[in-house]
Formats: sequence, C-alpha cells, structure tokens
Amino acid sequence: MGARIISLLAVLVIAVGCSKKEPETGMITADGDLTAADRAPITTMDTASSNVDGSVLPGSQQDLVVNVGDRVFFGYDQSDLTMEGRAAVERLAQWLGSYGNVALMVEGHADERGTREYNLALGEKRAMSVRNYLIALGVSPSRIQTISYGKERPAVVGSGDTSWAQNRRGVFVVQ
Amino acid sequence: MKKILLLLALALTVLVTTPAQAELKLVVGQGQVNPMPIAITDFGGATPDDNSMGRNMTGVITANLKRSGLFRPLDPRSFIQDAPTAAQNPAFGSWRTINAQALVTGVLSKTGDGRTRVEFRLWDVFAEQQIIGMAYMTTPANWRRIAHIISDAIYKRITGEEGYFDSRIVYISETGPANARIKRLAIMDQDGENHRFLTDGRALVLTPRFSPTAQQITYMAYYNNKPRVYLYDIDSGRQEVLGDFPGMTFAPRFSPDGNKVVMSLSKDGNSDIYTMDLRTRGIAQLTRDRSINTSPSYSPDGKHIVFESDRGGSQQLYVMNADGSGLRRLTFGDGRYANPVWSPRGDLIAFTRMYKGQFFIGVIHPDGRGERLITKAFHVEGPTWAPNGRVLAYFKETPTGARNSGRSAQVYTIDLTGFSETRVKTPLDGSDPAWSPLNP
Repeated sequence: MGARIISLLAVLVIAVGCSKKEPETGMITADGDLTAADRAPITTMDTASSNVDGSVLPGSQQDLVVNVGDRVFFGYDQSDLTMEGRAAVERLAQWLGSYGNVALMVEGHADERGTREYNLALGEKRAMSVRNYLIALGVSPSRIQTISYGKERPAVVGSGDTSWAQNRRGVFVVQ
Repeated sequence: MKKILLLLALALTVLVTTPAQAELKLVVGQGQVNPMPIAITDFGGATPDDNSMGRNMTGVITANLKRSGLFRPLDPRSFIQDAPTAAQNPAFGSWRTINAQALVTGVLSKTGDGRTRVEFRLWDVFAEQQIIGMAYMTTPANWRRIAHIISDAIYKRITGEEGYFDSRIVYISETGPANARIKRLAIMDQDGENHRFLTDGRALVLTPRFSPTAQQITYMAYYNNKPRVYLYDIDSGRQEVLGDFPGMTFAPRFSPDGNKVVMSLSKDGNSDIYTMDLRTRGIAQLTRDRSINTSPSYSPDGKHIVFESDRGGSQQLYVMNADGSGLRRLTFGDGRYANPVWSPRGDLIAFTRMYKGQFFIGVIHPDGRGERLITKAFHVEGPTWAPNGRVLAYFKETPTGARNSGRSAQVYTIDLTGFSETRVKTPLDGSDPAWSPLNP
C-alpha cells in the first residue's frame, strides 16, 4: 500500500489570494515531492479524537472519519473552500488515492438561516466545490457523486453562530 | 374523500333576488378593518340528522368568517329570536338589538332521492331584506364543502371580493428530531379538516405546489437518493418523475395554463431555471448565469416569471419575460429576498425577506414599488396566496426545548393587512404550504 501512496501522491502548492471566481484548477501545481508519503494519513491516526481500538477497517467510512476527517466547513452564504477546507480535501484526495476502489458521495449542507430552495442550490454548490477540487487533485470524476440536502439535515440543532457554522458543511460518505 | 368532490351535485337555485343594496358592504382596503358583526343561526330541519348536520355547517361557516378577520360572529347565547323562526321570518328589531348587521339563516330538508337540500339566506338587518338566497342539493357526507361554499357566498356579498374557503392546502407534514425530520406530503381543507397523508415518509419530500386545476401537485422528493421534481395525481395517487435531468431539479411551479412546470436544475453546481412542457416534454432553459437562480413563479397571465438570484452579490428578486428575455431587478432592499410568489390577482408579489437575523413575509408591486412587510419572526418562510389574492399562508419555525435544540414548524394564514394571523391546525408539524385554486 505504501508504494501506491507514493505513486499517487502529489503534494499540492496552493497559490493563496487568488480571486474567488478563478477556476480552482488554475491555482494548483504539483511538485511530486515523494517524501510526502511519510505523511500518509493511515499512519497518523488521531487517537485523541477517537476511541478506536485499531480495528478500523481500512478504506471504510470509519477509517475516513477517524484518520482523515469526513467534513469541511463553509462561511455564511459561501461555497468556496476555506484554507482549512482545502487542506481537508487534500487529505481526502490522498486517502482516496490509497483506496482506489472507494466511491464517494459528497453531501452539501446549509444552515437554517436561509430559505429552503436557495439552500438546496447552495448545498449543491458546496458539494461541487469539494468535487471539483478532488478532480483537480487527480481523483477520477467517476468516483465522486454529489447530493444537496440544503438545510434538511443539520449536524447540530441549536440557535447561534456556533451551531450554524457546523451545519454549513460538506460531508464525505463512502459508498 | 376524493369522491366527495365528484359527488357534489350542486343544484343552485336563486330563491329571491333583490336589487343590489349599497348599505351592507364592508370596504376592504389596507389597514385594520373593523369586522362586521354577523349573527349566524344554527341551520336545522325536521329530523335530528338534519339538525346535527345544520349545526355542524353553522360551526364551519362561523369559524371561516371569524378567521378571515373581516367578520365578528356574535355569540349565539345573545340571540333573542330562535333559529327556525328567524329562518321563516326574521324579527329584524331583535337582531338590531344585539347589534347584528347581517343575519344568516339556513333550513335543511330531505329530498326524495336521499340527498339533502340546504337552503340558506343572508339578511341585511338594517335594510330589513334578504340579500342572498340559495339552495344546494347534496349528499349528506358533503356537508362540509357546502358550508365552505356558503361561507364564500357570504364573504363575496359583504366584502365584494371573491371567497377562498372552498379550497385546500397541500403542505409538508413534519415529525421527529430536527436533524432527522420525517417529512410527508399531506393535503387538507384550508381550515385543516379532511386531512390526508399522500406519501409515507420514507423519502424526504419538499415544496409542493398545486396545478391550476387543483388535480395535480408538483413537488420535490429524494426517492433513490436522487433529488428530483415529481408530479403527483391526487385522484389516482400516481407519481412520476419529471424529465431526465443530469442533476438535481427543484423549486417546481406550474404555469397558469397548467401546460408547463418551471423549475431549477442544478448542474455542475450552477442552478438555472428551466421549463418543461408537460405535453411535449420539451425543455427550455430560461436563465444562463453562473450564480444561483431559483424559486420561479409565473404571473397569472403567464407572460412573466419572478425568481430569486444572487447574481448581484446577494439574494434578490428579478422579473423576466416567460421566454427568459427582458430581465430586470425587482428588489434593492437590504438583506436578502427569497421565494417570490405572484398573486393570483396579479397586483402583488409576496416574498420572504431576511434582514438582521429576522425573517419577514412581505409583498411588493410587480413594478418594484410599495414594498410592505406583513409579519416577522425568528423564522417565517414560503408565502402562498389564497385563491382570492387577499390572504396569505406561510410557515413559521420556532426554537423549542432545552438550549433551543428543537424546532417547531407550523402553518399560518394572515390577512394582507398583517392582521388576523391564525394557525392552521395540523396533526403534526407543518411547513411549505401551497394553497389551491378554488375547488373545481
């Protein structure tokens, strides 16, 4: 598996400060630094945020949740990936590179402080931001589907910016 | 229940016609209306069955007129004259004594074929004359609908506007925790009665709308994890997906002639507005824009479409011709504007507005003038017009429970003036109401 990771990995340098409207593929260069394989996500289990006992099935949803993170967050009424979001999607791309047979559903979600139909469109834009970046990172488009749930499936129910920020999200679901 | 609509054998007889009288007239404009005091006596007949049905009808008529905010039904305990006598020969002086301006009486009788004859009269207490007299032949099971038709006749005669009581509301019934809501398509009379679920809750369903004939509903559903626009036939229960689009379709509405559905298609993250011709299945794309374009609504003449877009940087309302040409921006206010709905009268567009953490329901003229906010709350959304263009329904979400961790959603109606906000009673929570045209 390690060899596969090395062959698939591309370390991506992101040009910061580009216009939001510029296509995301225009901001990415790969320099092929193979030492990045040392940071293969499967070896950097974050035990602080999990209670797993090492029995996580590689390539599973649980593996994704524990070792990569299964979501990115968006700003209010925004669908562009944040810096943290980009980093999360890059980790996801690496992980998908390790498990070439995994297909992914990207769910787009919105907070409740918008109207239903607008939020359906916004959720779709968020899911597509994740998908487009994955494709730019070399993941095959045929492996990534998107679905928008708008504001219909909040992760956290509550009033206030803290709750709403956690609901403006893209979620990665292994199919 | 659907049979009821078909069973309505409606023999309408004008019993007495009098010249139009100007006296008994409620002038309905903007601002709060002083509701008209009206005495509605128990309808009754010669049998206990007739008396029971008559009392029920009186109850429905009273509730309708009261809820409109334009009438003040008087307490029956104050009535001096008894109902059967009043139906024969009203003692107008006794009705003036209790300050009634209008009097409603009704008599029920059986016909030879087992149906019921419902005869009702509306009296002008001060002019001392009858101003409406009608009789309806109906199956007894259909009493509720006759009560709505009589309510509409009274409403129209007194206010000069079309009635809206003989109509239905389709909406989304909600239950369960806020992060795993079970949503079902449901339909009911406008007063919440005759409630019926149309879907079983296994798939998420959203945003239903009636066809102009009130026989079909277009809505959005997540069957097989594919969010698409569907068509639902009320009588047969048959459903079909609308078109074979390469992405999510949502926000559907019928054209006023019923031949088209206008909706949004999200493709590559970009939402644009399309129409589908229901006869030819032909597709036309109306907007070509990189931003969000959704919530389209036809003008009643079918010539224009109002919709929302964030193409100018924030969510605002735009109007275009029905073929997508002639685009103009309608709203310029602070905050965000959403889900515009053109009034069936054509004179106003209702919308949801978000501003400084509050949600509002408002109306604006199609030329962009005269914006007026009607109600506000933590969350109100999704206005829909009663068939007479005088009353709106919408839904309101309220935080509930510990640390506001729950949500209650309820359907409300409100008069255009912003008064007479009334909750429509539903078995569970409710959202996304859509008002039908008058029943056919």
